Amino acid sequence: MSEAQTALQERQIDRSQMTVSDEIAIEISGMNKWYGTFHVLRDINLTVNRGERIVVCGPSGSGKSTLIRCINALEEHQKGTITVDGTTLSTDLKNIDKVRSEVGMVFQHFNLFPHLTILENCTLAPIWVRKVPKKEAEETAMYFLEKVKIPEQALKYPGQLSGGQQQRVAIARSLCMKPRIMLFDEPTSALDPEMIKEVLDTMIALAEEGMTMICVTHEMGFAQAVANRVIFMDQGQIIEQNEPKAFFNNPQNERTKLFLSQILGH
Amino acid sequence: MTNQSSVAFVRRDIIPPAPPPPGQAGVLKWMRENLFSSVTNTLLTILSIYFIWSILAAIMPWTLNGVWVAGSLTECREIRDARGLESAACWAVINERWLQLLFGFYPTDDRLLSSLFYAEPLAAAGGLEAVFGAGSNATARIEFVNAMKADLSNLTIFFFGYWRPLLAVALLVVAVAPILYASLPRRLLLFSLAYPFIGVFLFWGGSFWGPMTVALGLVAALYLGRVVAGGYGLLGGGLAAVLAFILFFLNPLGVVGHTGLFPLFPHVKGVLDSVMPLGLPAIPSDQFGGFMLAIIIGTAGIVLSLPIGILLALGRQSTMPFIRWVCVTFIEVIRGVPLIVWLFVASTLLKYFLPPGSSFDALLRVIILVTLFASAYIAEVVRGGLAALPKGQYEAADSLGLDYWKSMQLIVLPQALKISIPGIVNTFIGLFKDTTLVVFVGLRDPLGLTNAIRATGEWNGIYWELYIFVALLFFTFCFFMSRYSMYLERKLQTDRR
Repeated sequence: MSEAQTALQERQIDRSQMTVSDEIAIEISGMNKWYGTFHVLRDINLTVNRGERIVVCGPSGSGKSTLIRCINALEEHQKGTITVDGTTLSTDLKNIDKVRSEVGMVFQHFNLFPHLTILENCTLAPIWVRKVPKKEAEETAMYFLEKVKIPEQALKYPGQLSGGQQQRVAIARSLCMKPRIMLFDEPTSALDPEMIKEVLDTMIALAEEGMTMICVTHEMGFAQAVANRVIFMDQGQIIEQNEPKAFFNNPQNERTKLFLSQILGH
Repeated sequence: MTNQSSVAFVRRDIIPPAPPPPGQAGVLKWMRENLFSSVTNTLLTILSIYFIWSILAAIMPWTLNGVWVAGSLTECREIRDARGLESAACWAVINERWLQLLFGFYPTDDRLLSSLFYAEPLAAAGGLEAVFGAGSNATARIEFVNAMKADLSNLTIFFFGYWRPLLAVALLVVAVAPILYASLPRRLLLFSLAYPFIGVFLFWGGSFWGPMTVALGLVAALYLGRVVAGGYGLLGGGLAAVLAFILFFLNPLGVVGHTGLFPLFPHVKGVLDSVMPLGLPAIPSDQFGGFMLAIIIGTAGIVLSLPIGILLALGRQSTMPFIRWVCVTFIEVIRGVPLIVWLFVASTLLKYFLPPGSSFDALLRVIILVTLFASAYIAEVVRGGLAALPKGQYEAADSLGLDYWKSMQLIVLPQALKISIPGIVNTFIGLFKDTTLVVFVGLRDPLGLTNAIRATGEWNGIYWELYIFVALLFFTFCFFMSRYSMYLERKLQTDRR
């Protein structure tokens, strides 16, 4: 078990606000996607309730990143429907922009804007999309930068920060839009082991506040600690989903067993 | 102290930094490493020094022994021989004709010159109105002006005779400065916006209300555009603004004898003229010339081609096929034909497409052509910058809910343009030097003027001195642009600070 995982297990997790409500946050039904003729996502059906913390795992190329990128329309799906917070994604740009401003996304390679300071990275979208006054946007940004524990870096540029710090800024930048749902696309895969923990800590803190989260990650420690559901994907399909305990201790599908033995085996 | 009695090693104290040993730093070390590091290197160094020395030995005596005061090339040669020199530059031609190389045949303000510095002869000739007034004798006026100019120094004529282009260029510097240097007060940008109208008024003269009415029309059209944009989106608003401006205020393409569909422009101007006549003597474009021409065409081309080029680059990347095809066709056609051909097209062919009897300002035609030509190049340079930007930047902007124009304006273009700075400035330098090509369509650029100077009896046969002067003028401006681009690149470097 890796250092980060051990560290996670030592942490006391406050579950008082981790409640799943009946309200539906995301509903995906019969969704299919092709890249040209290549069938990347096949008949995806998934309902996410408000407050759920879902971890999506699977081998590379299984379509897990593509799945969450479809949720905020970074990728277009060709069949089926995706409804986010009551808005059904269509080709209408207004719908897409509305969904995107409600759904935060954190990328594997952070994708901070290198020409803007940390503070400007965080205030840009609130000011230009939400039309928040600059001063108020800066106060909000500082609040979230404190939350991810790097307020002292606010006036630096992304290039001056370590990977872990950059990823925490990326999380703060998303939070500044006050999203109701957060998507994480392999947020720790590009980080050194030392830095994985600080990012996972930030994500756990977010989960403790009751945020609806979908995380594509290989951090099984994180899945065990905070997820209420783990989804395993392979070849563009959802193969298995279950509560973390049952998923890890008693996987049903052969493919899941093989995958788990490979990533937990060492 | 370290503990190294066994394999295990533990450092107990950190070594403080120390200066390098003598001989390992400074000029000597640099020379040893860079000039004399090997036999080949040493040979090359000696060879290069010899090469540079022989060039300087050939040029410097000619340059430094130059004759500065003489009335003609023959006189120059006499002075040279009298001094017993083998070769000497005849800088006297520059000394005498630099005003012409700068301004061409742009008229001087003779009324001002004579009232300021030639008051007595002016009074003797009967005063301002007698010499320059409507009923004055043209031959007598020319004689008077020639006599005056022979008496006045070139510097006096430069500052007072050419005060209009001089002031226009000085104000141009003020207008450009806040765009180039972000440390200057942002309020100066308002002046930059107003400058095109002030500059046109100073260079071309005529009624002050001409450029002002156009400015007024622009403001009105932009306001209308904003109102429409509120209901019909950015594209609708933009179209409305352009249409309103063309229909109401602009005489499309400056065709004389045609005043647009609703000739509001001449009426507004007429009313303002009758209420408060204000203006300078009008100077037609065919009297413009010299390096001033390069500055006018170059600046207008640079300022206009950047936004057009950016729009073309974005259009070329557009997902809308029609817009993409239009942009690609425009870029490829413009880029695929030499500039000189386009200039000939502008000066001859265009006539066939315009209503008979109409004229189209030659300078304006050249500015339009040079702008379109440069914008096709800028578009390709910017496209390179757009392509170099990681896809993640577009995705991050999208994921935050920024729409297309906002993500372009705030995220994509600032970074893409930063990457493209060297290419953009390269294009601008090329454009600036290409302004000399207008000599082929009958405008008197500095190179054309060297021919005009050589055509006079006194300076027949002089080449080098004139060309060197023109080259230095261009070099100064191009070198500034190149340095500025390096400064900008350093300043915008946020990723490795």
